[in-house]
Amino acid sequence: MSVLIYIDQSEGHIKKASFEALTYGAAVAKQLGTTASAVVVGTVQDDLPSLGKYGVSTIYHLNDAGLSHLDSQAYTKAIATAAEKAGATVVVISNNVNGKSLAPRLSARLKAGLVSGAVSLPDTSNGFTVKKGVFSGKAFAHISVNSPIKIIALTPNSYQTIAGEGTAAVETISSGITANSKVIATNKVTGQVPLSEAELVVSGGRGLKGPENWGMIEDLAKMIGAATACSRAVADAHWRPHHEHVGQTGGSIAPNLYFAVGISGAIQHLAGVNRSKCIVVINKDPEAPFFKAADYGIVGDAFEVMPKINEAVKKLKGLA
Amino acid sequence: MKILVCISKTPDTTAKIAFTDNNTKFAQDGVQWIINPYDEWYALVRAIELKEKDPATTIHLITVGGADCDPIIRKALALGGDEAIRVNTDNADSFVIASQIAAIANEGKYDLVFTGKETIDYNGSAIGGMVAELMDAAYVSLATKFDLNGTTATINREIEGGEETIEVSLPAVVSCQKGMAEQRIPNMKGIMGARTKPLKVVEPVAVEALTSIASFELPPAKAGVKLVSPDTPEELVRLLHEEAKLI
Ligand SMILES: Cc1cc2nc3c(=O)[nH]c(=O)nc-3n(C[C@H](O)[C@H](O)[C@H](O)COP(=O)(O)OP(=O)(O)OC[C@H]3O[C@@H](n4cnc5c(N)ncnc54)[C@H](O)[C@@H]3O)c2cc1C
Ligand SMILES: Nc1ncnc2c1ncn2[C@@H]1O[C@H](COP(=O)(O)O)[C@@H](O)[C@H]1O
Repeated sequence: MSVLIYIDQSEGHIKKASFEALTYGAAVAKQLGTTASAVVVGTVQDDLPSLGKYGVSTIYHLNDAGLSHLDSQAYTKAIATAAEKAGATVVVISNNVNGKSLAPRLSARLKAGLVSGAVSLPDTSNGFTVKKGVFSGKAFAHISVNSPIKIIALTPNSYQTIAGEGTAAVETISSGITANSKVIATNKVTGQVPLSEAELVVSGGRGLKGPENWGMIEDLAKMIGAATACSRAVADAHWRPHHEHVGQTGGSIAPNLYFAVGISGAIQHLAGVNRSKCIVVINKDPEAPFFKAADYGIVGDAFEVMPKINEAVKKLKGLA
Repeated sequence: MKILVCISKTPDTTAKIAFTDNNTKFAQDGVQWIINPYDEWYALVRAIELKEKDPATTIHLITVGGADCDPIIRKALALGGDEAIRVNTDNADSFVIASQIAAIANEGKYDLVFTGKETIDYNGSAIGGMVAELMDAAYVSLATKFDLNGTTATINREIEGGEETIEVSLPAVVSCQKGMAEQRIPNMKGIMGARTKPLKVVEPVAVEALTSIASFELPPAKAGVKLVSPDTPEELVRLLHEEAKLI
């Protein structure tokens, strides 16, 4: 019995969501009275032994030439190899984009029950039950996992990373597994916080009247280190790129702060953002439904309020 | 080219979410049911577009569920697709559903299986990956663009902060999201035609569920919004800094 955590990386760098998964996995191991190890696939530039500080003793590194990019089939085999080696009874994977392509495959391969979108530690008092988000953020379900091996796909930004002390032993495994797919191109927005990983998000809706008015959204985002997002109406009007669209049919996010300007707060929009820890709403209509979901708000005209907010943030950040 | 499109039934996006039977069941009273938006708008429409390009394409729709799914699958047939299959089983977990779909996909030798990115009720984002593993096929999740070139497919998938273009050999399973296609409205001809398209009901293969839902829970109610006067927006910045400690 042990816990295995999958470490997701991009271009050799370990993702923030994986530090959360490591911390979470180590806590699950503690709860079960066992040890935690981790698996990483592909070439990594970051220092692996130092990941021991999150509570893992061993890191299995599968670094075959054929595993240089995420191929769900090959990576699943790689993780399964490590799971077998570790004698894992629980596998923890971040429920980020890569996790969504790996966790279900691994579940079918190991005949291991999957809880995707877990938001807290398992309850092991009576069986093995994990809480997950359902109905697009409008509710939670407690899922009992009845198989010998369990897989938990952890919602990003739902578990606090804790770094302690410790060094992990790294064991390199040569598996001979190769990918069948080929990556032809990668197209990434550079110099911006990816929306799915952002702790702070500033978002705009149709109330901003047109794409030319997004400067005040971008300025605020830049000053506080936030990602930018928008409503579907805005993405559909091509005011903003599609990847910024959040809601029922767009991205689903759970940042610490969601700052919504000129967005009505339609139920489909809320579905993608209602797991945010703090919601701020700027809307000139006091009846806008978003206020019901908000923690802080200003009933006012964005064009008058936002410049003043930006001015105050500038001062606060010592940028004035 | 044979394409299998997975169709699921979900509550309407505006449905009130409540639970009964000691919080173990979703309260279905007054709930309108729809085709899961990702299945309808992206998976199905992209399959239809591929058939419009190459009429030799066959599209079959599959749903795993009880007879209550029939109106949904007929609605999907009104948009397009040649015939539908319903695997007659209720209360299945993701693994059971995926096993049914994989059994049909393997037996029917489909080249492509399209699913939606996730169901908007269970939010599993899991069926596609499971089906792919059970078929020993390629899987590309969260796809925003799909093109066929003979026996390979070029697919854009979402990655953190961008997209990646990936080439895979068929058979392949693809989970579809925004970008794949534009939503379509069924026309009269489609609706009439759907009535006569075959809907085959088949019995499930025996598979044991790996998970079950123990109970549901609603999030705690919000404490209420703290309003700041529009005359002093800087007060909001102070609150976010000192009280919420977020900026
Ligand atoms: C099946 C389905 C799925 C959907 N999925 C999504 C989804 O994923 N994401 C999504 O966002 N929507 C989604 N929608 C659409 C959703 O219902 C709303 O239509 C959409 O969110 C509205 O966007 P908005 O709030 O930007 O625009 P509007 O509804 O036009 O609201 C604009 C708001 O700005 C305010 N305003 C105007 N001027 C100012 C000003 N000067 N200062 C301050 N405030 C101002 C107004 O009071 C208003 O509240 C979906 C709809 C359906 C049916
Ligand atoms: N009961 C079902 N029958 C057929 N397809 C399904 C069913 N449930 C889910 N799917 C498909 O799998 C996708 C992902 O579902 P999920 O893993 O539940 O989020 C959906 O968008 C559908 O395309």
